[in-house]
Amino acid sequence: MAYVAVKGGERAISNAHALLEEARRGDPSVPELLVNQVREQLSLSVDRVMAEGSCYDRDLAALAIKQSAGDVAEATFLIRAYRTTLPRFGFSKPVETAAMAVRRRISAAFKDIPGGQILGATFDYTHRLLDFKLAAEGADPVAPAPQALEPMVHPLPTISSVFSHENLLEQEARFDGDDEPFDLTREPMSFPAGRDQRLQALARGDEGFLLSLAYSSQRGWGSTHPLCGEIRMGEVPVEFIPDELGFPIEIADITLTECIMLSGFAGSAERAPQYTRGYGLTFGHNERKTMSMAIVDRALRARELGEEVEAPCQDEEFVLYHSDNVEASGFVQHLKLPHYVDFQADLLFLRKLRAEFFDKKATAEAITALQPEPAE
Amino acid sequence: MNAQGTDSGVTASSNSPERYYTYGYLDEQTKRMIRRAILKAVAIPGYQVPFGSREMPVPYGWGTGGIQLTAAIIGPDDVYKCIDQGADDTTNAVSIRRFFAKVADVATTENTAEATIIQSRHRIPEHPLKDGQIMVFQVPQPEPLRGLEPREMETRAMHAYEEYGLQYVSLYENVSAFGRIAATAGYPVMVDERYLMSPSPIPKFDNPKLHNSQALMLFGAGREKRIYAIPPHTTVRSLDFEDYPFETQKWEESCALCAADDSYLDEVVLDDQGQRMFVCSDSHYCSERRAQGFRGPMAGHELVGQDKDAGQ
Repeated sequence: MAYVAVKGGERAISNAHALLEEARRGDPSVPELLVNQVREQLSLSVDRVMAEGSCYDRDLAALAIKQSAGDVAEATFLIRAYRTTLPRFGFSKPVETAAMAVRRRISAAFKDIPGGQILGATFDYTHRLLDFKLAAEGADPVAPAPQALEPMVHPLPTISSVFSHENLLEQEARFDGDDEPFDLTREPMSFPAGRDQRLQALARGDEGFLLSLAYSSQRGWGSTHPLCGEIRMGEVPVEFIPDELGFPIEIADITLTECIMLSGFAGSAERAPQYTRGYGLTFGHNERKTMSMAIVDRALRARELGEEVEAPCQDEEFVLYHSDNVEASGFVQHLKLPHYVDFQADLLFLRKLRAEFFDKKATAEAITALQPEPAE
Repeated sequence: MNAQGTDSGVTASSNSPERYYTYGYLDEQTKRMIRRAILKAVAIPGYQVPFGSREMPVPYGWGTGGIQLTAAIIGPDDVYKCIDQGADDTTNAVSIRRFFAKVADVATTENTAEATIIQSRHRIPEHPLKDGQIMVFQVPQPEPLRGLEPREMETRAMHAYEEYGLQYVSLYENVSAFGRIAATAGYPVMVDERYLMSPSPIPKFDNPKLHNSQALMLFGAGREKRIYAIPPHTTVRSLDFEDYPFETQKWEESCALCAADDSYLDEVVLDDQGQRMFVCSDSHYCSERRAQGFRGPMAGHELVGQDKDAGQ
C-alpha cells in the first residue's frame, strides 16, 4: 500500500537493522575483526573515541569501533550512551602530569629543555608514502625498536619549571581540591563559563571542529600567536578518595596527552607583561586534538585578558555550544526524520504567496492592456 | 538502540536477573532530578528550566528530551502512545514506542483517548485531550527568540525582563514583507501572559489546542537541556496584531480516506504527474473515523490499495 510505504513501519526497521549487521560484517569469507585487534592495532582510533566519548576504557572503545564499522563519531556516541548509565561515585584528585611516566615530550620553545626532547612514537618526520609491505599478510613481525642507553630523567621537568624562577609565564591554575568541580555530564552548559566547564567541553569536543577553529585562529581570525611550550604524552596514576576510607588510593593508570601553548600578553595597568597559557589535555594519544584545544582555550580567554572578542574561536557560546559531535551529529542528521507536517504548513504558505503574486501580475497586465497605446 | 535492533542485547524484561538498566532506562537520581525540573516548570508556566540532560541511546534531535521526560514520569500502570508527524507508524515513533515497551514494560496504544502519556513530535492529536493525560513534546529548539538572538545570555535576560519587543518587530516585518505573519509551524505563544514560549514545531493549526487544555503539556529539549511546561487550564495566546489576527491553516480538500474536514492534512504525492491526495496527519483519528464508516473519495482507490484499518 503506497500510503503505508511512505510512513515506514516496524518490519522495515527490523529488516534495515538486519541489513546493517550484514553490511558491518562485510564479506564473510574474510576473518572477523576481533575487538583486541582493534584495541592494539587501531589504537589511535581507540584513543579518539575514548577522548570524545569521555570514558577511559580501551576495550569498550574498541568494541564501539567494531560495532560502528569504524565510524568514529558513531563509536563516540555508543560510548557516551553507555557511560551515561554508569553511577557516578565522585571526582578523582587532580592528576599530576608533572609526574607523568613520559613516552613522548617535545618543546618548540627551547632547543634543549631540561630532560631533553623525547620524540617517542610519532608520525612526525615520516614520509607519507604508502607502505605496501603492510598490504602483504603475515609479514615478518616488527623488530623491537632499539632501547636508549640511559634511562629518562624522572620526573621530567616541565616547561613551567623552566620559567618558574623568572615569572615570565603565568602561574598554573591550581585546583584547591575543596570545591566540587563543574560536571558537564550532569549539569547543562551555563554562561559565562568557568575554566573547568570550558576545558571539559573542549576535552570532549570534536577534534575536527577544534582543529579548524585553531587553524582559523592561526590565520588571523582571533590570533593568539601561539608557541608550543610543551607536549607530553604518557601514563599518570589516578587517585580517588573513597568516603569510607578518607585517604587517596590509586585506582588506575591512564594515558594522557597534554599541551601547553604559550601566548604573548602585553600586560595591563595591574598586570606585568608575561606569557599566558592555553591548555590542552585529552585521554590517550591525541596530539592534534590537544594542540588545537590549547589554542582554542587561550583564544576563549579573550574576555578574561581584556582582548576584544571578534572571531568565532574567541566566542565561548559559539565554541562551547557547537563543539560536541554527539549533539551536532544527532541534530544535523535528525533532518532525515519526517517533516511532512512542517513542510505541509510551509507549502500552504508558499502556494498562497505564489497565488497572490500571479493575481497581482495578472491585474497589472490587465490594467496595462486597458491603457491606450501612446501616440507616436 | 544496539546495532542488532532486535530484542537481543540492551535489556531483558524487568523481572529478569540479567536486566542491565534500571526501570525506565534512567537511574533513579537522574529521574528525580528531571522530576524536580518538571515541578519547577509546572510552577512557572512557559519558563525554560535548565536540566542535566543525559546522553540517551537515540541521537540528539531524535527525541532525547521527550524520552527523558517520559522516562522520569512513566510507571507500569501507564498506557503509552508515541506519534511523529501525528502518525503512530512513522519510523522514529515506532522506535521510541518499542524502547519504552522494552525498558518500562508499559502497555502501548495508538488510541489517543486510551493513553495516559502521549509523546509527540510536531503534532497534537485531533481527539481532544482530557484531564489526567500528559502530552510530552520533543523539542529541537526551546528558545523562541533564538532565531532573532543567537546568544543564550541575551535571551535569558530578555525573558527575565519580559522584553519581547524584538519578537513583535519580527512579526511586523513579516506583515510588511508578506502581508501576513509568516510563521507556519513553531508559531510563538505567550503563556499565562508572562513567558514567550515555543510550542515546538507543531503547525500553528495545533496552537489553539494548547489554550486551557485539560491535559498537562510537558516540553523536553535534550540537546539544549531545557524543560518547560503548560499546566492544565493555562492561558496560551498565539501572538498576533489586532488588524492581523492569528489564524490557522485551512484546506480546500478534505481527507481522501476518511473525509474529515476538520483535521490537519498531509499531502501524499501519488505520482510525478501532479496526482496527489490529502490525508489526515493524525493516523489514529483517521482510522477511527473510517471504522465509524466515514469514507473519503480515495478510500479503496488502487493507488491507496487495501485499507488495512477498514471495517475494524
